[in-house]
Amino acid sequence: MKSVMSGAQSASYAMMQINPDVVSSFPITPQTDIMKEYAIYVRDKKVDTEFLLMESEHSALSALVGASSSGARAMTATSSAGLAYMFEILGVASGHRLPIVMNIVNRALSGPINIHCDHSDSMACRDSGWIQLYCEDAQEVYDQTLIGLRLAEKMSIPAMIMQDGFICSHCLQNLEVLPDKIAKKFIGDFKPKYSLLDFKKCVTAGPLQLQDYYFETKKQLSLEMKNVFSEYEKISKKYFSLAKRKYSIIEEYKSKDAEFIIVALSSVCGLIKDCVDELRGKGINAGLLRIKMFRPFPYSAVSKALKNAKKIVVLDRSESFGADAPLACEIKNSVPEKIVNGCIYGLGGRDILKSNVMDLFNSMIKNKKIERFINSR
Amino acid sequence: MKKLKSKEMFIGGVIDKKASSLEYKTGDWMSFKPVRDVKKCTNCLLCAVFCPENCIKVKEGKVQDPDLKYCKGCGICAAECPFKAIIMKKLEDCDL
Repeated sequence: MKSVMSGAQSASYAMMQINPDVVSSFPITPQTDIMKEYAIYVRDKKVDTEFLLMESEHSALSALVGASSSGARAMTATSSAGLAYMFEILGVASGHRLPIVMNIVNRALSGPINIHCDHSDSMACRDSGWIQLYCEDAQEVYDQTLIGLRLAEKMSIPAMIMQDGFICSHCLQNLEVLPDKIAKKFIGDFKPKYSLLDFKKCVTAGPLQLQDYYFETKKQLSLEMKNVFSEYEKISKKYFSLAKRKYSIIEEYKSKDAEFIIVALSSVCGLIKDCVDELRGKGINAGLLRIKMFRPFPYSAVSKALKNAKKIVVLDRSESFGADAPLACEIKNSVPEKIVNGCIYGLGGRDILKSNVMDLFNSMIKNKKIERFINSR
Repeated sequence: MKKLKSKEMFIGGVIDKKASSLEYKTGDWMSFKPVRDVKKCTNCLLCAVFCPENCIKVKEGKVQDPDLKYCKGCGICAAECPFKAIIMKKLEDCDL
């Protein structure tokens, strides 16, 4: 079914089809559009969700921890400072293995205060035990929200679905959505692994664990994360049979035989694909590797995809001050470090232009020095 | 109590068994052990009332030897005994 939606609208459309038992919300730009749209679905009775208007993001996620431990399907969305305020509860959700799904609209962290896109918010949370999926456009946001929900529930690990603030979240794009019936069939019923309301199987959730058990609980989550890849493969195969759209943990765009490869996340990849096409037209072996799943990180798939590369530029939209940026760090862990150049672009919503990307490719080809900060003064 | 391996545990640190705290013998925390002098004891039962861990059992109005599985050696029984019938002995001085 063809449709025209912004990234935010496509996220709430997927949420409408999921029809979670509990959705909690607290406004923050640019996420607000997701919850605004969802509130309309609630008003029009297209969903029968318990829709909670909370007093903060900390409370919004705390409410979902309670809901999810009681066996409810629970979702929310947030951005930037909201995600930072949730940080404490992110660990509670993953530590208790609650399959909460959260749409994140990436926005720069303060300060100075800024409402535009960069990945500093979700990257700050990369070690909190959540699955992280980065989406390029509205179509992918819709698909990954459905896939992410199935994945989270199957693995009992919470998931974040990222999209770029304003660039993706507020721009209208055409996309295909599944008919309600098929989407609902794909999602299926939620069978929680434990529930505080299941009186036939009583449990104690959230006990104190000190030197004797905390380590094992974290080890269990760490080991389970490695099984996420194969489960994602299975779920995306099933999704392909319904939607005819294939998803994998990485996207290799003309990179199989490429010597010069850019590695990036999210919406900038549209621009890079355009540049790659132009260079390919000139007979240059350029390529793009887009990482879709950032946590758990697919090291072996990435090192396999980059094995023919002579030069690699990694584009990060967040900085780790005084160290390698998050994505550059992971790529340096996957391939020989000396062929990798880490670059920072687009902090606080700064544009990256086609000429900037072409310059990167040209510098790689001519073996010139590559500036770390792109389109900055 | 046998400590579980991460593979044997239920997910998320959740305890899926009832009354599992009974299996958690806190007695090995103690560094002092209560020792009762039967001659001085008048079976007033104050020690049994004050024991926070319910270690001192009473049978037919008589104090029995304490069940040390959960005794942390807090010494409340010794402090409360009006007849000084209970003394706290350092664990390393006891015959185990």
